[in-house]
Amino acid sequence: MMKRMVEAVCAGLLILPGAAQAAYQWNLPSPVTYIAGEIYELHLVMMGIILVIFVGVFGVMFYSIYAHRKSVGHKAEHFHENTTVEIVWTVVPFLVLIGMAWPATKTILNLKDTTSPDITIKATGYQWKWGYDYLKGEGEGIGFLSNLATPQDQIVGSTPKGEHYLLEVDNPLVVPVNRKVRVLLTANDVIHSWMVPAFGVKQDAIPGFVRDTWFRADKEGTYRGQCVELCGKDHGFMPIVVEVVSAEKYAAWVGEQKKKMAAAADDPNKKWNLADLRAQGEKVFAANCVACHQVNGQGVKGAFPALDGSPLVNGPRGRHIDIVLNGKQGTAMAPFGKQLSDTDVAAVITYERNAWSNKTGDVIQPSEIKAARK
Amino acid sequence: MSAVIDSGHAHDHEHHPSGIMRWITTTNHKDIGTLYLWFSFTMFLVGGTLALGIRAELFKPGLQLWHPEFFNQLTTMHGLIMVFGAIMPAFVGFANWQVPMMIGAPDMAFARLNNWSFWLLPVAATLLVSSFFVPGGATAAGWTIYAPLSTQMGPGMDLAIFALHIMGASSIMGSINIVTTILNMRAPGMTMMRMPLFVWTWLITAYLLIAVMPVLAGAITMLLTDRHFGTSFFNAAGGGDPVMFQHIFWFFGHPEVYIMILPGFGIISQVIPAFSRKPLFGYSSMVYATASIAILSFIVWAHHMFTVGMPTAGILFFMYATVLIAVPTGVKVFNWLATMWRGSMSFETPMLFAVGFIFVFTMGGFTGLILAIMPIDIQLQDTYYVVAHFHYVLVAGSLFSLFAGFYFWVPKWTGRMYDEKLGKWHFWLSMIFFNVTFFPMHFLGLAGMPRRIPDYALQFAEFNEIASIGAFGFGLSQILFLWIILKVTVLGRGEKAGQRPWEGADTLEWTHLPSPAPYHSFHEQPVVK
Repeated sequence: MMKRMVEAVCAGLLILPGAAQAAYQWNLPSPVTYIAGEIYELHLVMMGIILVIFVGVFGVMFYSIYAHRKSVGHKAEHFHENTTVEIVWTVVPFLVLIGMAWPATKTILNLKDTTSPDITIKATGYQWKWGYDYLKGEGEGIGFLSNLATPQDQIVGSTPKGEHYLLEVDNPLVVPVNRKVRVLLTANDVIHSWMVPAFGVKQDAIPGFVRDTWFRADKEGTYRGQCVELCGKDHGFMPIVVEVVSAEKYAAWVGEQKKKMAAAADDPNKKWNLADLRAQGEKVFAANCVACHQVNGQGVKGAFPALDGSPLVNGPRGRHIDIVLNGKQGTAMAPFGKQLSDTDVAAVITYERNAWSNKTGDVIQPSEIKAARK
Repeated sequence: MSAVIDSGHAHDHEHHPSGIMRWITTTNHKDIGTLYLWFSFTMFLVGGTLALGIRAELFKPGLQLWHPEFFNQLTTMHGLIMVFGAIMPAFVGFANWQVPMMIGAPDMAFARLNNWSFWLLPVAATLLVSSFFVPGGATAAGWTIYAPLSTQMGPGMDLAIFALHIMGASSIMGSINIVTTILNMRAPGMTMMRMPLFVWTWLITAYLLIAVMPVLAGAITMLLTDRHFGTSFFNAAGGGDPVMFQHIFWFFGHPEVYIMILPGFGIISQVIPAFSRKPLFGYSSMVYATASIAILSFIVWAHHMFTVGMPTAGILFFMYATVLIAVPTGVKVFNWLATMWRGSMSFETPMLFAVGFIFVFTMGGFTGLILAIMPIDIQLQDTYYVVAHFHYVLVAGSLFSLFAGFYFWVPKWTGRMYDEKLGKWHFWLSMIFFNVTFFPMHFLGLAGMPRRIPDYALQFAEFNEIASIGAFGFGLSQILFLWIILKVTVLGRGEKAGQRPWEGADTLEWTHLPSPAPYHSFHEQPVVK
């Protein structure tokens, strides 16, 4: 009852000035999990208490400013030091704070409880995309990368921005409604953070460590979030999209993914010709490498090395394969061996060795990558 | 002791080298205070310009002005410059000018060390700012320079690390000087519990600085060796832990934010009684509250890290400890109000900034309370809500208290009154544009806009536009402040100030020294009764 009233008052206050325009969002997004709902209410209750204190304290201050001015002839009294008063305004706030922290404690115990999930998914932060692997439960074995889908034209402003500008991905995470989903988080390079506000979920993804969080969405729909830990250049361009679907739709999606994966499973022994491999490599390059090395292979001076004319790219293929597979410590060059298939690594290396002014004519076969991984 | 020697050479007192050499060789606390204040104001303008670069890019969605990597350099350098170049040195400037005068001492305890503490700063600032021009540009890892992102950075990161080392050394030396001065050079009769509150808050701040600057030095040294010498303090692949960097950084970082606000509390505690013409209500509880805040600041650091995935017991401990800070902070606010209550208030510019401080700083305190509640922090961590919160306590808190202190003491420093009309304009413009800039950021944070992003989804467009307009208004208002400063200092315009232009001001610099305060003050120690 109390909560309802606080909610109504706060909502009234907040909506008033912004009612004319819909785009202004004044509060946390509508919650679709139990935890997010608790957080939402906790925030409203806190705001209610704070509002009361605010009005009380500043009511006194502004009354004093109004009444106790020299210009209206108020004479200063000289009272000071009063132990009773000091004790009162130490103890009362202390009690109020206990009242605030108590309900929060219950929510914390709840949100830290990641036991007995229906589905376990590993989310991996990469510079600058997310990777998802379904580890346990329905859909086990599915894995994919999730890249920003907003075209560069919209970002630089040469075409109008779409409705979900910067909050859209090529492969969203798909989960069933009303199921407890445990998300394990880790990262490949630097710290990222996985946030979906509607779920009340935010968890840092730390390289070399695994952390976990969970959610149980109670409403179907598409929910969007972003990476919230500064992770370098394209930190602002690695959104999170989660589609919550019915159990039937989820089962259908899992079937579809399994089929796709079977079809895409590459045969590392296949022999490729230069043109095909180069074409495939260009795609891989566009999805994984352009952010730093740029479309023209020139890199960014002082930050990311050029590949065009690079001695490494035009030199012995062994070192080239090594750096793509294993990355370079202490730089933004990630070990792509963990993310890409043998065919994709072979393709992108072939592309780099035969793009721009690089004309080595080398064709790197997937089998060579497979061998280099050992 | 020195008073006896000095009195024989009274005519010599104003003698010092002239021109640039006066400033380079000076050991006079007033000269050094002036240097600190000019240095910090310069850095404030530099850091402010970077902030306007950020807000210009964020005026509209899409990338218009900067590449994302340069944008990250802007946010990082804005933070580093404002924290280490503007706010901290500004308070040291106030300490240099005011602490000796307020305790009846002729100068700081270590006059040459004082000179050295200051002159390290321009060196550090040069390193820091010049890092924009090295290959790869300045560090873009955020002012918190979290590993392992900071191990990826180019040579700009190394320059920043060296700059921080030098600034840290400067802060430690400055703090040792302040502690020694306060503990040993008080006038007869000025017991600890009779010291003006500004002196008390600086004493406590100086201890905080001595305690935590070495911790920062440790963290950035480990970072440096991780970057260049193959160590793995923060690299999981070598057995290290990236989160350990955050624990060490915030063990420094949380006391650091109180380092930036406690002297501000001190200034406000001088200004409010002076313009209420009424003694401070609850002097001793103010002292205890300040000490409590300082002590608590050592056990709350991990509330900056609620989303790293800590054990439940850790989360609960840090949440409870954090909300506890609201108690002594509340005591301070209540005492200021009780001081104003039934006083005889007048609202010259220092008082306007002091009252404005209480109003907006308290709002920053409230949002701090919201963020302390861990489940809510889950939603707000690393969003614009946090940006709003710390600008409410750092700009409206620290900066406004510095403004209040400047207007309050500049008659004593220069012997002239500042332009009251322009001062009031400066207050109202700053106050309004500050809120236009930062209030909408609360809503952006609630809606889920991450901080430190160069481009954002369309739903955030309106509030960002308002914030950017406010930021430019706020920035331009500070040009007015520059003019006010120049007018009263360099140009020497403004009516002459009497010894005690504020009738309610009763500390030693007002009761015993003429305006402007002589180059060497208190040849003979005053006796405090």
